Amino acid sequence: MWRILFSRLKQGHRTAAYPVAAPALPDRLRGHPVVDPTRCPSGCQACVEACPTDAVRVDDQGLGLDLGRCLFCQECVSACPEGAIRYTTEHRMAARRREELVLRGAVLERAQALDAKMLRLFRRSLKLRQVSAGGCNACEADVNVLSTVVFDLGRFGIQVVASPRHADGLLITGPVTENMKLALQKTYDAVPPPKIVIAVGACAISGGPYAGHAEQHDGAGAVVPVDLFIPGCPPHPLTILDGLLALLDRLGPKRVAGAATSGSAMDTP
Amino acid sequence: MTAPFRTVANGDVLPRAELPRLELGAFREAVLGARSRGRRVSALFGVPEAAGLALYAVLADDDAGLLECASAALTEDAFPSMTPECHEVHLFERELAEQWGVVPTGHPWLKPVRFHPSYRPGHDAWDRTREAAPVVGVTDFFRVEGEEIHEVAVGPVHAGVIEPGHFRFQCHGEHVYHLEISLGYQHRGLERKLVGGPEKRTIHYMETLAGDTSVGHATAYCQLLEALGGRRATPRAYALRGIALELERLANHTGDLGALAGDVGFLPTASYCGRLRGDFLNMTALLCGSRFGRGLVRPGGVAFDVDDARTAELGRRLEAAARDVRNAAQLLWGAPTVMARFEDTGHVTAELAAKLGLVGPAARASGLRRDVRKTHPTGIFQLVHIPLSVAESGDVFARAYVRWLEIERSIDYVRSQLRELPAGAARRECPALAPECLAVSLVEGWRGEICHVALTDELGRFAAYKVIDPSFHNWTGLAMALRDQQISDFPLCNKSFNLSYCGHDL
Repeated sequence: MWRILFSRLKQGHRTAAYPVAAPALPDRLRGHPVVDPTRCPSGCQACVEACPTDAVRVDDQGLGLDLGRCLFCQECVSACPEGAIRYTTEHRMAARRREELVLRGAVLERAQALDAKMLRLFRRSLKLRQVSAGGCNACEADVNVLSTVVFDLGRFGIQVVASPRHADGLLITGPVTENMKLALQKTYDAVPPPKIVIAVGACAISGGPYAGHAEQHDGAGAVVPVDLFIPGCPPHPLTILDGLLALLDRLGPKRVAGAATSGSAMDTP
Repeated sequence: MTAPFRTVANGDVLPRAELPRLELGAFREAVLGARSRGRRVSALFGVPEAAGLALYAVLADDDAGLLECASAALTEDAFPSMTPECHEVHLFERELAEQWGVVPTGHPWLKPVRFHPSYRPGHDAWDRTREAAPVVGVTDFFRVEGEEIHEVAVGPVHAGVIEPGHFRFQCHGEHVYHLEISLGYQHRGLERKLVGGPEKRTIHYMETLAGDTSVGHATAYCQLLEALGGRRATPRAYALRGIALELERLANHTGDLGALAGDVGFLPTASYCGRLRGDFLNMTALLCGSRFGRGLVRPGGVAFDVDDARTAELGRRLEAAARDVRNAAQLLWGAPTVMARFEDTGHVTAELAAKLGLVGPAARASGLRRDVRKTHPTGIFQLVHIPLSVAESGDVFARAYVRWLEIERSIDYVRSQLRELPAGAARRECPALAPECLAVSLVEGWRGEICHVALTDELGRFAAYKVIDPSFHNWTGLAMALRDQQISDFPLCNKSFNLSYCGHDL
């Protein structure tokens, strides 16, 4: 027992100060992209051709970047001769409606919180059942990370539970393969209403790298109604946490932790 | 008789014309004979041809560090199964049956692997029509009959944040007689989409074959492209890939030690290792911005270079994490209550591990000396060797302890690589792929041997691309480890293997 107590002293207190303090993010993090259509040479399609998942499009409204389809790779950034697309280290990217994820030069609006009635129910206690539906397990891994001492999801009253009967909603990862469709539907049906659905990662929003494959359904929206979209491939754990807290209105104006804007994130713990 | 194989080294390329095309009987004899000569089956797969199907086999000669390749034409829709004499091909043959509609006659366990319709319309190993598509999880499960026998079915949706799979236990009280694992829920049709590539999505498919092995699979793929393109990556790229591969191993092994501790209720190590796993992932993110190494490994090298400041920061973080991991692991080994649960649980003998063709830490924990970094080294591992981590007892303890040995050795390895990074470019141009060739690429991922095999057509595009994730070899090992155990030890055994569902299901 003494050894355990000593080791506890050695290992120290590790829970992040988030959301009070700015989060520590890697300086090379590919977070919220910024699109500047004014730089686009007319007729240039370099970024569109480079994108592996058709996330970048040029239509009658000009250049648009769909965060729901984006794998946050570098192909469009490298392809653009004018630097019209670049990544920032901003981690906050969740949205309530699918169409909000299409960037047109502006910055994404903050995800709206649930309505008053739902907040009364879920703000202090939200139990989620996670359904993994055909992805690559990276989103699952970074959802799992939220339960470690660093993020300590429990302190926000959010918990992943074992049974849909105990849950207030589903947290879905993966594009929903044909072989998982029925299981997802049954799990959703087993959650007592009112319930919410959160789609985490490019797969669950749009099919991600597998969009268009016959073996899957291009995201959770094909099977269940989605209330919150959290983009990324996979999303950084803080992106997921921020989405959950925004939904529950747990990030007041004083407690909004944005990306560190100055200095290098390399010297953060 | 001379061996009917053509031998290549890992990461080498072979013109398809030089590959021996055997009669089916000779092919079968060659594969079975190779087994008795101490070879392993790394790959066995089918490629459709005008006249039917071609079978390809890649056997690993771990002593000589060589790979033996052969192929045979299959004009019928059936062939005599090799499984009764060579157990390790059992899943490969089931996969052949499912994908191409050929029947391995005499296979003792012929069931679907991933539950998808045959890729050759009109050919079906189970005579299913197009309308009667297979339903996942509906198969002929092995059953034990008896008055007091009961069956426990788990999944596909599990209690935790975990991928879907279906497990069926045949139990007598707590005692497990048999466990059958039925997967396929994560099947998203990756292999079929690789044919005709490389294209825009190919590298992203590779990085998501198994998301926790992004670096391993991307490295195997890039190694293959470099072989087919005839130009190696740069020395600096090799070193950075090696660092990333070992960081991936460190993150996952550390996480596994924590999960194992958590499963027996030893919370100190569980909580420390949960945090430390993230520290290692953040080191990978320091390299390339992604905790899983997405975007780092690219054909011709790596897409992100490091400067002295970044290398120094990596080194600092590595030392801090190394100190804390050692502290967390020593607590684990020093707790008799933990050892009482780990030892003699989920036993896999060396003989069984060899028969099943296990790879990676699961094989090394049973005393098998299998590690691609040692036996078929490529890239940086050709220059700087990493010691083999082996245990003998084949139980949960051995699988945990092998991980710990590997954590220590990977830390040393990354430390030395950071000190001695070769100068020069981190990436170079990768030329067009050679047409009509075959290439094999092995990488020791954190779960074990990752095997990629590519065949190019006359235009230098992939005519076929085969991926074998280490989990494909190892799932049966978990099923066998459960025999004669208590069902309550399943989570512990499962975590001691920690296999990939999506890597198996593709």
